[in-house]
Amino acid sequence: MPRVTLAPASPPVQHKEYLLRLYVAGETAKSVAALANLRRICESHLAGRYSIEVIDLIANPQLAAGDQILALPTLVRRLPEPMTKIIGNLSNEERVLVGLDLLTVG
Amino acid sequence: MKARSAGAPPPTLPKARTGILGLDEITFGGLPRGRPSLVCGSAGAGKTMLAMEFLVRGAQEFGEPGVCLTFEETTEEIAANVRSLGFDLEQLVAEGKVAVDYVHIERSEIEETGEYDLEGLFIRLGHAVDRIGAKRVVLDTLEALFAGLPNHGILRAELRRLFRWLKDRGLTAVITGERGETTLTRFGLEEYVADCVLVLDHRVHDSVSTRRLRVVKYRGSAHGTNEYPFLIGAKGISVLPVTSLRLDHAVSEELVSTGVPRLDEMLGGRGLYRGASMLVSGAPGTGKSSLGAAMAQAACARGERALIFAFEESPAQILRNMRSIGLDLAPALKQGRLQIHSSRPTLTGLEQHLVRMHDTMTAFQPDLVVVDPITNLTAGDDERAIKPMLMRLIDFLKQSQITSVFTSLTHGATSDAVESSEVEVSSLMDTWLLVRNLEADGERNRTLYVLKSRGMAHSNQVREFVLSSRGIDLVDVYLGDGRVLTGSARLAQEAREAAGHAGRRREEERRQRLARTRRKGLEARIAALQAELEAERFEEQAREGDAASEGAVAAASLERLRAARGGTTPGTHNGHVEARPGRRPARP
Repeated sequence: MPRVTLAPASPPVQHKEYLLRLYVAGETAKSVAALANLRRICESHLAGRYSIEVIDLIANPQLAAGDQILALPTLVRRLPEPMTKIIGNLSNEERVLVGLDLLTVG
Repeated sequence: MKARSAGAPPPTLPKARTGILGLDEITFGGLPRGRPSLVCGSAGAGKTMLAMEFLVRGAQEFGEPGVCLTFEETTEEIAANVRSLGFDLEQLVAEGKVAVDYVHIERSEIEETGEYDLEGLFIRLGHAVDRIGAKRVVLDTLEALFAGLPNHGILRAELRRLFRWLKDRGLTAVITGERGETTLTRFGLEEYVADCVLVLDHRVHDSVSTRRLRVVKYRGSAHGTNEYPFLIGAKGISVLPVTSLRLDHAVSEELVSTGVPRLDEMLGGRGLYRGASMLVSGAPGTGKSSLGAAMAQAACARGERALIFAFEESPAQILRNMRSIGLDLAPALKQGRLQIHSSRPTLTGLEQHLVRMHDTMTAFQPDLVVVDPITNLTAGDDERAIKPMLMRLIDFLKQSQITSVFTSLTHGATSDAVESSEVEVSSLMDTWLLVRNLEADGERNRTLYVLKSRGMAHSNQVREFVLSSRGIDLVDVYLGDGRVLTGSARLAQEAREAAGHAGRRREEERRQRLARTRRKGLEARIAALQAELEAERFEEQAREGDAASEGAVAAASLERLRAARGGTTPGTHNGHVEARPGRRPARP
């Protein structure tokens, strides 16, 4: 079991903006849960440094191809580079933080 | 193209034609309409090509737009691939007849947490289908998802939903899958697609590869169950046998000369039927190629176009060798009436040769095709594989009314061995000539005979096949004393016969002369006898004359005597006195 540590409270990467995009398909239980989980995690770890864009593919199906969306819900970290994707309802906070590079595994 | 062949059972379920040559015949009409079909095979077996041709032909020929979700290759790569089949995918996309969506999952950039589904895939597919009004869908290859998504439980549930979704939308779909070790597909996709499963195979046998296709399963429909060789050519996929399921090509009554007058004579007078196929088999060096070249030359001389596929000699070598028997092919070649295509038989698989030949023939539109020899094509390949290929080739030739000559190298020394070794191929041929070497008296001579020739009163006789600087000729062999004599033995026998003839003629003349002489002798003798008879008669007359004059003299002397005596004699009043004194009438 790798030991995980939270990123420092005032990290040197403070200036970085987190541009997050959440793809969902309508108001399903999964998408509602995913958005709630995402907001909660961001508030506790990225307060003031993030923006969330929710894209409903039912309304805009043509947007799915751009970010190669397959599974839903999918969270895409547009910034900072490189782009990462987290699929699922984001119920596991630790894995979301790993996926967002907010948590280093070491 | 007809959707169903005459012998097929009535359709039990609606089908969507693929437009792929041969496949619609094997499946009696195409893939199940509104249902997914699985095409599986190993890497490079041609799965993507088949799926894309199904899609493109649907859009181009059957008015059924199609969507392709590609999981392994990008849109550009797919477009480049089908360009090799002569399809312009970009154009079709621009016209809104085809949509291609590259679905890519990079495992390394995906983190998984909590519940999810593949609704994104459904949305993308549904969006593309709705946008162009698609009736056909290609998913190539779904199995890439297994590598991209860690949770196979979710994936399998979603795939089941996907196939259900495709059926509900009435989409005719082709799903490709990689061949597994023990299962048809590596991830068992066949359990979701229960309607129709095609297996493609790409086998390499003795360094020569052959593609094969088999319909493993087709629920609710009859289908051909064999393994059919197929080819990926410049005009798409062709599954063999393409047209062999039907035997309904038109036939010609026109006869074309073989270029060897005596051979035409043997075949019933005026040569072969146009569009007929002829097999010339024989041992090495029996003149098969020369016969083929002679026919090509004759066709060109008639103003037709001839095509030679050579698998043993280069064009230059053929030109030189044919010149040695008085056949100059160069002018026809220069005029563009003749084409010679040489290639190594082992260069490509059998089906690639066929495709190449097919393309060449389509481009050149020849009246005569020479394949020299077909035996080489089987080099390293299954001997039986050549039959379906030839069947396909001959069907094409017949439908195009192209006369064809195939030469075949035989192994057996005896004619029985030859005949049995080529039973496979020969049944496809209309005319079969056998060229044999006869070895006798220290020399080998070529003989030729017609084993069969459909629809012709052909000769059953053996001819000597003579190649000289004056060209090809067939000469009557010497038949007699239960022997067939050829070459110098024939010449010697002919000389002997000629000598015998002369002797008999001299004898006859001698007899005639003798008879003449004898007759002359007889005539001479007859003349001599007549002369003798004449002489005899003359002599007799002479003698009678003498007697009369003797009598007269006697009478006169008697008169003189009587006068001297002064009396008359009673015999003098009538003036007649018998010459003979002894028979003198009695005197009164």
